[in-house]
Amino acid sequence: MSAVLKFEKENVKFDSGKPLRIALAGNPNCGKTTVFNGYTGARQHVGNYPGVTVDRKEGEVVVDDVSVTLVDLPGTYSLTAYSMEEIVARRELSSNNVQAVIDVAEASALERNLLLTVQMLEMGMPVVLACNMMDEAKAGGIHIDIAGLSRALGIPVFPMTARSGEGLKEVLEEAVRQARGGMREPLRLSYGSDVDLALKQMEEKVAAAKLLANKYHPYYVALKLMERDSDMMAEARAADASTAHELGEIADKVLKHVRSSLGTNMESIITDHRYGFIRSALSNGVVTQDPGKDRLAFTDKLDRVLTNVFFGPIIMLAVLYLMYQLTIEIGAYPQGWVEDGLAAIGDWVGDTMADGSLKSLIVDGIINGVGGVLSFVPLIVIMFSLLSFLEDCGYMARMAYMMDRVFRMFGLHGASVMPYCVAGGIAGGCAIPGAMATRTLRSPKEKLATLLTLPYMTCGAKWPVFLLLATAFFGTEEAPKIMFLLTIIGWGMALIVARLLRSTFVKGEPTPFVMELPPYRFPTLFSVLLHCWERAWMYIKKAGTILLAISVVLWAMMKFPEMPEEMAATYEQKVETAQKAVDELPKEASEEQRSAAEEALADAQNEQSEAELAYSLAGRLGKGVEPLLAPLGYDWRTDIALIAGVAAKEAVVGTLGTAWSMGEIEDAEDEEATKSLGDRLKAAPNWSKATALSLMLFVLLYSPCFVALVVIKQEAGSWKWLFFSMVFNTALAYGVALIGYRIGRVLWG
Amino acid sequence: MSNIINLRKMQVGQNGRITSVEGKGEINRRIRDMGLIPGTKITIVGRAPLQDPVALRLSGVTISLRNSEADHIKVDIE
Repeated sequence: MSAVLKFEKENVKFDSGKPLRIALAGNPNCGKTTVFNGYTGARQHVGNYPGVTVDRKEGEVVVDDVSVTLVDLPGTYSLTAYSMEEIVARRELSSNNVQAVIDVAEASALERNLLLTVQMLEMGMPVVLACNMMDEAKAGGIHIDIAGLSRALGIPVFPMTARSGEGLKEVLEEAVRQARGGMREPLRLSYGSDVDLALKQMEEKVAAAKLLANKYHPYYVALKLMERDSDMMAEARAADASTAHELGEIADKVLKHVRSSLGTNMESIITDHRYGFIRSALSNGVVTQDPGKDRLAFTDKLDRVLTNVFFGPIIMLAVLYLMYQLTIEIGAYPQGWVEDGLAAIGDWVGDTMADGSLKSLIVDGIINGVGGVLSFVPLIVIMFSLLSFLEDCGYMARMAYMMDRVFRMFGLHGASVMPYCVAGGIAGGCAIPGAMATRTLRSPKEKLATLLTLPYMTCGAKWPVFLLLATAFFGTEEAPKIMFLLTIIGWGMALIVARLLRSTFVKGEPTPFVMELPPYRFPTLFSVLLHCWERAWMYIKKAGTILLAISVVLWAMMKFPEMPEEMAATYEQKVETAQKAVDELPKEASEEQRSAAEEALADAQNEQSEAELAYSLAGRLGKGVEPLLAPLGYDWRTDIALIAGVAAKEAVVGTLGTAWSMGEIEDAEDEEATKSLGDRLKAAPNWSKATALSLMLFVLLYSPCFVALVVIKQEAGSWKWLFFSMVFNTALAYGVALIGYRIGRVLWG
Repeated sequence: MSNIINLRKMQVGQNGRITSVEGKGEINRRIRDMGLIPGTKITIVGRAPLQDPVALRLSGVTISLRNSEADHIKVDIE
């Protein structure tokens, strides 16, 4: 008898045949990430949901010999169809994707947190409620009657403090039990007799027609259609247009009635009733607050300083500046190590391999390309650990709160301030981590506008170009002023273009700002580190693969076609003659003679590379676009440098050097080398102050570099915006540079 | 005696009870999802340096919203 029973039980247990999937749901700031990390440790993988830039996180965990896949849903307050996060969370909860939900709620803010719980119960989901951060609640004098809450909601409830691990095991075990029990009857709240009656009719109709039966419970379909939920209406129409239409008629009829008698809409009625249910569940001593205690007292005190009219902005500027200093200045060291390491590998390959195209491909194409990607990794790691610290501790929300009034005028969001600053709003940033930082923006249109305009900032790679030109043409005295002016122009253009985009390409009502100001908390080191590792890895994977291909193509463009033999022979002969002269110098030759001979050799070699570059596809392209860019005052040499600059802005100065047959400028900060290039440009007949100004403006605004473009594509979720950034920014740069050139000609002749 | 005013007009430190929320579509939904529904007691805890957005306290949480969003909410102040 018992054996049979056991068999049956096991039968149920392994019924699905596949491992259990349990979702982790909760509001933003409820500590869900700590719970997820507590369960899975480092055994988690992060990806993106296709087509949207919402993180998809899953992890494996074994409980009592059962393997469970935990699915971390995006943090949401509700399950409407208004944001991508909510739609993603809903899809994950449908179609029997997951068998149960662990709902993480912030114990001190249960009322708001339970709104999501109720909606999942309305779906018929088996839910285990975890009241997280119990320690904080206790310290704040908040008492929760766990058993009473469980009775009121009709679901298992557990206290939890994820930070110390308390309650994690019990909750997961219960979730596994619930998952095996299958879907439950949906929670049916009363929304008033008229609505209830119509809902009942609709549910019966949905059940009879088996509308979306494989995905949702009929009650949930009826309820969502009653709410006029756009996502559900579209799904229903696609599945069975005529039934959907009939259901829509019933819903419309009640809606009309409700509008005339109560003067409100259905969504409001439903949400208000949900809250009514929650408030009554929390009353009668289920949640009590000790008088005189307030868990937010400390936060309020801090806010009085940190968001103060006077101190708030000053502290914010200091934080931003410190962040920039830490990221860019300290990041420069590991960035240098990575670059040196790759240079060493390049040298080693250079020494061991025979000269030829293959060697050039590996050294100049592949190692340079990979180096370009990898050298940004230290920046990204540092920037994201700081960023996730600021976000987790609650300060980021305050920055958005303080800056919103300003950014809103340009169709942006207060939270746009951080990506802008990282991208170079504080001179010397980098568009790559800047673009990745837009992920903290939860308003899609504002995020896109920020993403598309942040490349106008003066990133660190544009700096050497400005330094070179400003110093050469405007003098050492004037150079700092010019560079400051460029930083201001970068900001101005970013904000103006953002405004333009928001009324053209990224048109639409502003996304509601309504935002929680979470209590200040000290983040856990593990979550900060894990977060930046995830980001860095995603960057390496995405940028690495695409960029490698691009850098090989670019290498080929600058290398091929090679000069025909007779042409190459002339240059080679010159180099050989010069080499011979150096080699044959008698031992007793004076220092002067030696250096003169060596200089002649270098000149010959540089002339050879200039000719090679001119003959290559890139050179021809440069010459091809010469007439197009001539109105800005550029010749083909500048054009090639600009083309190379799309690969990486650092390449502009170097390529300019090669094209002016200065030899390669290995280090753009090498004063000697850049100074002589500057002198050369100044002496050139077709260069003037106006040309320099025009080129600086062009470099400031034109197409972002390839790595930045790839990250923009990744964050915007579509190739369209990558091409938009390239074309639009270049066109804008052309216009502004042209104006700059014309003004310059008038001013300086 | 009731004294109903627009949320935008409330001073920092003032308390009140929400009497109506009259937005449409997404803004209405977002405001309500945060727990700002008729009957909720709120306190204004602060304003941003440029006087907008406003921060308010309700049942243990702090919410900030723009003045233009606060316009949808009417409050019976104490």
